[in-house]
Amino acid sequence: MTTVFDPGAAAAGATAAILRDTLHGTARGVVVDSPPGAGKSTLVVRAALELAEAGRPLMVVAQTNAQVDDLVLRLAEKEPGLPVGRLHSSDADAYDRALDDLPAVRTSAKAGDLAGLPVVVSTAAKWAHVKADEPWRHAIVDEAYQMRSDALLAVAGLFERALFVGDPGQLDPFAIVGSEQWAGLSYDPSASAVSTLLAHNPDLPQHRLPVSWRLPASAAPLVSDAFYPYTPFRSGTGHGDRRLTFAAASDGSAPDRVIDEAAEAGWGLLELPARRTPRTDPEAVGAVAAVVRRLLDRGGAAVSERSPGPTPLTADRIAVGTAHRDQAAAVRTALAELGAAEVTVDTANRLQGREYDVTVVLHPLSGRPDATAFHLETGRLCVLASRHRHACIVVCRAGVTELLDDYPSTEPVQLGTEVKFPDGWEANHAVLARLAEHRVAWRS
Amino acid sequence: MSLISTLARLEAVGTGRAQPAATVRHRHLSGRPLVFVPLTTAGEAGAPLGALVGTDRDAPRLLCVSQPRDRDLRFAFLSELADVVLPYIDGYAEAVEAAERTETDPETGKRIKVEVELCADAPQLIVPSRAGVTYVRLLGRSMRFRRTAEQDPEAPYPAPPRVPLLGRWLTHFGERARVPGSALLTAMTDVLARHWATGQSTLEDQHLGALLAWIDPPADESGAAAALRAELARDAEGQLLCPPAGPATDPAFDNKLLAPALERHDRARTALAAAEDGLEADDRLGDVTAAERAVRALVASRTRPTWDAVWRGIDLLRELPEAARVEERWTRDRWSFTGHRDRVLAGEPPQPRRDDAVTAANKLAAREREQARLDAQEALDDPLVMAGRRLAGEAFAGEVVEVEMAYSEGRRPSPRPLVTVRTCDRPHLGERVKVFRSLGGRPQSAEFVGHEGPPDADGGVLLVLRVLDKMGRGKEPEEGSVPQKGDTVCYTLFEHDQRGGAKLPDPEQTPWTHGGPPGEPVPEPADRPTGEDVL
Repeated sequence: MTTVFDPGAAAAGATAAILRDTLHGTARGVVVDSPPGAGKSTLVVRAALELAEAGRPLMVVAQTNAQVDDLVLRLAEKEPGLPVGRLHSSDADAYDRALDDLPAVRTSAKAGDLAGLPVVVSTAAKWAHVKADEPWRHAIVDEAYQMRSDALLAVAGLFERALFVGDPGQLDPFAIVGSEQWAGLSYDPSASAVSTLLAHNPDLPQHRLPVSWRLPASAAPLVSDAFYPYTPFRSGTGHGDRRLTFAAASDGSAPDRVIDEAAEAGWGLLELPARRTPRTDPEAVGAVAAVVRRLLDRGGAAVSERSPGPTPLTADRIAVGTAHRDQAAAVRTALAELGAAEVTVDTANRLQGREYDVTVVLHPLSGRPDATAFHLETGRLCVLASRHRHACIVVCRAGVTELLDDYPSTEPVQLGTEVKFPDGWEANHAVLARLAEHRVAWRS
Repeated sequence: MSLISTLARLEAVGTGRAQPAATVRHRHLSGRPLVFVPLTTAGEAGAPLGALVGTDRDAPRLLCVSQPRDRDLRFAFLSELADVVLPYIDGYAEAVEAAERTETDPETGKRIKVEVELCADAPQLIVPSRAGVTYVRLLGRSMRFRRTAEQDPEAPYPAPPRVPLLGRWLTHFGERARVPGSALLTAMTDVLARHWATGQSTLEDQHLGALLAWIDPPADESGAAAALRAELARDAEGQLLCPPAGPATDPAFDNKLLAPALERHDRARTALAAAEDGLEADDRLGDVTAAERAVRALVASRTRPTWDAVWRGIDLLRELPEAARVEERWTRDRWSFTGHRDRVLAGEPPQPRRDDAVTAANKLAAREREQARLDAQEALDDPLVMAGRRLAGEAFAGEVVEVEMAYSEGRRPSPRPLVTVRTCDRPHLGERVKVFRSLGGRPQSAEFVGHEGPPDADGGVLLVLRVLDKMGRGKEPEEGSVPQKGDTVCYTLFEHDQRGGAKLPDPEQTPWTHGGPPGEPVPEPADRPTGEDVL
């Protein structure tokens, strides 16, 4: 007898356990690991509303202003009557003007103005400047794996207990100067907030969201195996629940063939001939732009569980991901020349937490002579390979497998630090092996 | 590596000479630096073999340990080193100027100005390479917890007086060297590599001889050939012509020259110990002295070329004029020096082995601030560095082609002039991105409004900016505060100044997430002697 996996029930069970520990548990902290698209934001909103309902003053710590604004909007959407404070910096344009239209949201640059509100939301950087006589009863720390330990140190005095939510597979926080001096210390200021928290409080309850609602059935197993080998997750939808179709038939060109492959299989690899190139490889950038142009021209339609009918694949449902900012700039220029300037193009760091129907990725190692730690970082590839709901097309030069074999990881081993599994080398190989099954060669 | 440094390296390969990477000197260079060229013993972490040290290029002081595994000889070496370094440091501790510092008043909790002393100048230690900096740190760590007989009569191996103090100072120098742009302790290879781009890898640039060969090759030789010779050429006995800058020595030297000399020294000492009468002892003492002299000569022969190379590097750097903002950064080094001087005078214990959570976070924040400040200041001080930032899309320069007066909305309209700049650079500008230009040394900000038209035939684009501040309080902008048509301007996408970060809790307020307060500091013992420490 086989039991049928019910993603809805599994996710609901996990959420219930998390809320139970958060609202009624005795531990000072609860940690929740969430794979890409597993409903982290939904969980944060739900936990915030329940804590507010229980009458516990709540502060919410997010990492960027965009995340904070997004959270406030979601809270207001779910519970329009709940008074929410948006604490912001004193810069011009410190917050999204859309918040001004929400009657229950109060914005201020001074924490004192927001005192007494059931929920106050701000960035970690802003919270660090707040002085409070009385600590908040509860806090929610969002994107806690992207928060640096020193940022948590600056705000941890403000709350008594906290729920830490984040995705361990994404990009680790970084410092712009060397921090080897503190490697191995439990409170290494450049480490992630969660690693410090757990090093000092190993008994805190840890939960995991088991279902990715974003990733399609074609992508979840690969992303789970390559980036979360010890904490696997499933997709919330099955094969065939999502479909991507195009009104215009393929013209036989490489971009069209890779688009068809990706529409069918969820993955597509457009492989350019091996060559060492500068970062802004004009051919690869051109190929990315050509694929995006064809995606728009061919009248794509996405069928998913979200709506009964097909939704058109428009420019706002497509994104291009790169490793470096100059690559993103080059792709933007190329897209503008093709009249597709409205498509989002950004680096992995800035695409974190975002979601699209189709993504086109310029492989971080494409055309490189070497594989540095930056380009091998697991989180970078994981972010780029997990932003899509339907299909992901990777543009890459041939020869990356050989490049990886020429550059095994050689980072110095630091005593006392936790070894991160899988390493970037292995994750890259896993992803490439899978992509190779969906390869389309570029013919120019 | 940035695009401009890749280009400079390609050019260096093409021309056979290092190319300038800066037009001015971006690091402070003392008029009287203390140069320190240490050597260490292979396979014995922290057992120095010898050093050349001093402030006079023609008269370095040679210090030598004729048996590096002998603790007493090692202490004698460190004691001698203290005799050179500490008087040099003390020479800067006396002359002070009055300065102000903002402190929190312990009673009222308000920020108030306090009159304090600031040393008028500070010492500067120069070592040949980055490994030398690490070695200074290691020496500091190995000495600062030692106890002298006076401090602790029970100490099994009391350190000579002043050795622990030297350890504290070297630790301070080593720690300060981690701050970007600081100059209390400098590695010559780092400073040279900052100012010149060679045709070799950054790893190879750590070889002082090869680096100098690229920067200043002999008249009839290319930099590449000279660098290769510096790295590999050996004499008839198989010894490197240009010994490595240390502290590690060349294995061929260790095996063929040093090991036999040390053995001769050991044998002579054993024989001396076994002497049966005074006459015999006199004889054998002569052998010991001769053996010691032989080791000294060997150490001198390996350190002197590096010593001369460091001074050659100093000469090359002195030819560059000092950048405008170096003085400001050196003042922070002086504050750092003064601060440690005061801590020593106040009888505070040596720096702890490990930073507590709050100290570590504060240090990291300060260094990140300094790094960002250094990057901005170097670009503002040096058109060549700015060119690199422009090439990377982080800045742009051009001519003002139009200025249109505009005002902000609101009850009291303030000037918000629109300035159109024509540039051939390609900055990564998005809508409302802030840009900054230096106006009399202070940053004036503007925001990007948009492009005007497509690029012209020469690749120039028109960028419209809205000037936001530094125009005075009146309705009309102050004289000279708005760029005029025809002006050449340079805007950066990065900020010129760094805001101070948020204040972290005091160490005794360390939160539960970081393990709680660290507790009372306990005096830390020195590393315990192991079997290998005793001969």
